[in-house]
Amino acid sequence: MSIEVKDLSYVYSPGTPYAAAALNGVSITVNEGDFLGIIGKTGSGKSTFIQHLNALIKLQSGSIKVYDVDLTQKKPDLKKLRGTVGMVMQYPEYQLFDETVEKDVGYGPKNLGLSEEEIKCRVKEAVELVGLNYKEVADRSPFELSGGQKRRVAIAGVIAMRPRVLILDEPTAGLDPRGKKDIMSLVKRLKETSSPTIIIISHDMDAVAENCDKVALFSEGKIQAVGSPREVFYDANALALAEMDVPSVVKIARELQKKGVSLQGKPVTREELVEAIRRWRDE
Amino acid sequence: MAIKFEKVTYEYPAEDNAVVAVKNVDLEIEDGSFVCICGENGSGKSTLAKLMNGLLQPTSGVVTVDGKTTATEEEEELFAIRQKVGMVFQNPDNQMIASIIEDEIAFGPENLGVPREEIGERIEYALSAVGMTEYRHNTPYKLSGGQKQRIAIAAVLAMRPEVLVLDESTAMLDPKGRAEVLKVAHELNDQGITIVLITHFMEEATQADRVVVMSEGRVVMDGTPEEIFRDRASIEKYDLELPITDAIAADLLQAGLPLEDKIYSEKTLAEAICRLK
Repeated sequence: MSIEVKDLSYVYSPGTPYAAAALNGVSITVNEGDFLGIIGKTGSGKSTFIQHLNALIKLQSGSIKVYDVDLTQKKPDLKKLRGTVGMVMQYPEYQLFDETVEKDVGYGPKNLGLSEEEIKCRVKEAVELVGLNYKEVADRSPFELSGGQKRRVAIAGVIAMRPRVLILDEPTAGLDPRGKKDIMSLVKRLKETSSPTIIIISHDMDAVAENCDKVALFSEGKIQAVGSPREVFYDANALALAEMDVPSVVKIARELQKKGVSLQGKPVTREELVEAIRRWRDE
Repeated sequence: MAIKFEKVTYEYPAEDNAVVAVKNVDLEIEDGSFVCICGENGSGKSTLAKLMNGLLQPTSGVVTVDGKTTATEEEEELFAIRQKVGMVFQNPDNQMIASIIEDEIAFGPENLGVPREEIGERIEYALSAVGMTEYRHNTPYKLSGGQKQRIAIAAVLAMRPEVLVLDESTAMLDPKGRAEVLKVAHELNDQGITIVLITHFMEEATQADRVVVMSEGRVVMDGTPEEIFRDRASIEKYDLELPITDAIAADLLQAGLPLEDKIYSEKTLAEAICRLK
């Protein structure tokens, strides 16, 4: 088990006329090796939730344990926590700041107090992991790069911390189709190589269905449903309550159901749909 | 013809080597049409959009709006062009200037010197056109992304434009916000406003009358969504993707199912699948 959240609630500006409840009794367990997709409308509490996981937001009520860091304790080891949980924010390229790619990616490791040699080694590894050529980009200003490359540099800055859990908030937002595909395959590669546990917030239901093995559906500060993509995307009640759309594959399966065609096995990926249609046809 | 490009080239000035963003483009946007412009990042789409109302002026070639060139030094002529061709950009937060929505909408007409009573009418029209009438006296900061973009569209509508250019205006929105903005765009088009929609979402392109594909500054494809998305080789070549339903249809075809090779929605694809047995 890598993350255990119990009965987490959070209110913005408590005790003022602007008080707004963002989370209301959220409990979830994330295991090492999970590829968790977090879905839900804007304002459903997704971002507030993930910001708790590396203590960007201070715990108000409930409990959070990330490996052996217990956030309910008086002085939790935040340095250790932030080395364990890497956070890639929305449009992370806006947070690039240093003169060269080398320095920007090395900023995190430097703050960990690592040796020059170790920093250099980590930077090189991270830059290459995100699919950039270290020799070509290391001494360039990150601001000279293309949009997709900038985003990769920003992700490299997080990877250089070697987090065991990597959290990405809408990593493909605003990218062109090629950029989206590249970033998704990068995330999958990172899962295999450096960060075994991935948590991703996404509005792209098709991408969640294709890539995640676990889905948490947020609505009004609560987890409405959690389970495999199959369980969640066929939970019509929970989805309707959360006012969420389903992946195109599930839409097609629903349309077919209306016409009296029941596909076996509740397909959620394109591959599963093709297979289910073939089986139905051969019946 | 609402907008006409004749052999238009645009180079971004740079000290060492100029970047040619748009190369020798000939393009006509017809009155009342709904045109989608696609293409990978850096293909010149946004530059093309900014050339449409004189925010940028061509390095060579001519862009005309209703027959008038955008390459004019006369401020009044330029204002007239910008009033006709309104633009909404990607980030809703960067486009809001007023703290109350009706002031936001009134900003454009006030600058045009529109009389007070008429400004009131225009605010009413613009807000009702985007379905935001009840928010007239609210602040824009608490709105969702989709609502903010609808306000940005309303602010343009208050100028009574003939053409609305949406430059990736749906890119930062969630699916619901995107659907809201798209619905408004189609409604405005039904009322006769020409829509130019720049997008990376192929599902949005399938709903246009016409799709223009840019690559490396040139127009490389131009046709109906049907024509564009059936040309699978070019779609791949220009780093676009098939709308997901068509990708699924392609998977089914490849699996040997005798599906007609055309453009599908979820509903029509389900109908076609039913006919397979």
